[in-house]
Amino acid sequence: MSPQSDPPRSPTVGLFVTCLADLFRPSVAFASIRLLEHAGCRVSVPRAQTCCGQPALNSGDFESARGIARQVIGAFEDFDYVVAPSGSCMATVCKDYPDLFADDPPWRQRAEALAARTFELLAFLVDVMAVTDVEARLPAKAAYHDSCSGLRSLGVKEQARRLLGRVSDLELVEMSNAEVCCGFGGTFCVKYPEISAKMADDKIHGLETTGADVLLGGDLGCLLHLAGRMKRLGKATRVYHTAEVLADMADAAGIGDPER
Amino acid sequence: MKPESHAFKRRAAEALRYQPLQDALAQFEDGWVAKRRTVVERLPEFEQLRAQGAAIRDEALRNLDLYLEQYESAVQRNGGQVHWARDAGEAQEIVRRICREAGARTVTRGKSMAGEEIGVTEALQADGIRVVDTDLGEYIIQLAEQRPSHIVFPCVHLTGREVAELFRRHHAGKTGERDRSTVSAIVQEAREVLREEFFAAEVGITGANFLVAETGSNFIVTNEGNGDLTCTLPRVHVVTTGIERVVPTLEDASTLLRLLGRSATGQEITAYTTLSTGPRRSDDPDGPDEYHVVLVDNGRSRMLAGEFREMLRCIRCGACMNHCPVYRSIGGHPYGWVYPGPMGAVLTPLHVGLKEAGDLPNACTMNGHCAQVCPVQIPLPSLIRKLRGRQFAAGLTPRTTVLGLRAWAFTARHPTLYHALTRWPIALLRRLGRRRGRLRRLPLAGGWISQRDFPAPAGKTFFSQWPRRGEDER
Repeated sequence: MSPQSDPPRSPTVGLFVTCLADLFRPSVAFASIRLLEHAGCRVSVPRAQTCCGQPALNSGDFESARGIARQVIGAFEDFDYVVAPSGSCMATVCKDYPDLFADDPPWRQRAEALAARTFELLAFLVDVMAVTDVEARLPAKAAYHDSCSGLRSLGVKEQARRLLGRVSDLELVEMSNAEVCCGFGGTFCVKYPEISAKMADDKIHGLETTGADVLLGGDLGCLLHLAGRMKRLGKATRVYHTAEVLADMADAAGIGDPER
Repeated sequence: MKPESHAFKRRAAEALRYQPLQDALAQFEDGWVAKRRTVVERLPEFEQLRAQGAAIRDEALRNLDLYLEQYESAVQRNGGQVHWARDAGEAQEIVRRICREAGARTVTRGKSMAGEEIGVTEALQADGIRVVDTDLGEYIIQLAEQRPSHIVFPCVHLTGREVAELFRRHHAGKTGERDRSTVSAIVQEAREVLREEFFAAEVGITGANFLVAETGSNFIVTNEGNGDLTCTLPRVHVVTTGIERVVPTLEDASTLLRLLGRSATGQEITAYTTLSTGPRRSDDPDGPDEYHVVLVDNGRSRMLAGEFREMLRCIRCGACMNHCPVYRSIGGHPYGWVYPGPMGAVLTPLHVGLKEAGDLPNACTMNGHCAQVCPVQIPLPSLIRKLRGRQFAAGLTPRTTVLGLRAWAFTARHPTLYHALTRWPIALLRRLGRRRGRLRRLPLAGGWISQRDFPAPAGKTFFSQWPRRGEDER
């Protein structure tokens, strides 16, 4: 992806916190705010937000998903951009909201307008704000897991690696199965726990082959699932959201680790 | 074929514990996936080719009635016969009648997924006819009295040792004791045994990879040459295939061929590409006296008319399942019918119903790898999601799930309520998990906790920490 033409110099950004960051890992939202402000954005966090509606959408409850989508569109359409530290939620807004309103032209138009200004955090920083450097340090050997929605629906891949490559003392290694699904899949992970765990184990095996002691990723769903599985298996690998590392906030406890 | 998709969960659990299957599935990444990647990287225009493939299939489907009639007249012009079957039962009757009239005692069969769908083998066996599968994988499956677990590699779930043992048992009177430790030894032995069957058969039944409307030709691709022998040696050749297989021109078929080999087996082209166009002509050196094509609808015209039409583009390459991490965890048998993996998760419920196959569209993480590799750009995850929508609308979703979803969705639409309601449970979870950073037990979270620890929330919810500034009160 190439930088978009002429973004406003200090655009207004509505941060979509994501339900998982709100409930489980607020530091991911704070890290996002720090990164966005550092890039020159004026960041607001509308309180009229909860979740993107993906659980309803992927359970086939399209009516509920539409209700939540209207709520999100209403809360965010006044900003220059909408950004979230999640490829999964942003793919829902970008790709699925317009489809949800296929038979409702006025809402479809609003959904498409929002979709055009909606970005996953790292793609936004690199592709729109042309960020090339970060001020962060993490003395570790880390592997980055490509979450599927970000990777395949939004093309988030190089952006993450480029920025992580600028983190001091961080050695970034590649898993051979970096692009294979980790088995989270939203409700999939509780409906088919054994298949989900097998997929996690394959991912963890790929991770261990690299010798990395830190796992990074851009979607908390995958990370909570993988961290939970690794804790169950007694692994010491620390797990962080990429935003936490880039914002130099990875000195806190990793996901599933005791508070320091 | 009788569906067994309702047993998905039980059979998936068995598959996860069956080590030989796990060993076989573990080889997909460095095997078929890597092979496909290599040949695709060698063809810079592969992505354009995919778009072209989708366009060809869409054109064929848009005017399917016209192309089918054109195909039928071409076949008739060439001296063959076309039979139309509304469903599996009609198709069975047609094939049985043809075999009866041909006085068939032995029938050889090339691979045909439509044939599996209509249960050709079972129907003919009921008439006392010996049916011999000639595709090596299908032949092995037949000896093992199992079902295919993959549409391209039917016996991918069996180990070399299991195959050797099957051959030892079934070929006792034919080939005797011999070395069966290598793939080439197995292939050679199958060749010797099948050779006799090819000569003995009165009827040969094959499928079709493509039907060509302008010429009335049938394409089949194989790597063993069994297709050629099945359709040229017996006196009667029967093609069993779905009505959606037709494409307008030979040119179209050759474009799709370029996609098929690469996507299926990582080959630029398969070892054999066999075209059959009607019965033997007076100056042909070989070929059958009779040429029959059984065109099976079996739910396809219903798909054509509805929101699942894109699924009919499918050219049966198997790339979606090769790249599906769920398929690669459990293999094909848990899907319980003819078609496994992502394409099966769409096709099976459409054919056998969501009551029987309700698990299939749900056992998917929506990771999108299947759609990314599909040679005809079928949006598999969105079709799978549409099926979930049907399931929900038809009241097939468990009552507790529906109530839970509705309650959650209500609060999600009312942010103030949502933030108030989430605050205290999160504070409690954090307190419970603070010391270890995670919970090992959690009531009502069995699906999660059976396999993983539950990472404790790292602090108060974001929205109980974020200041309520005027500008943020939208």
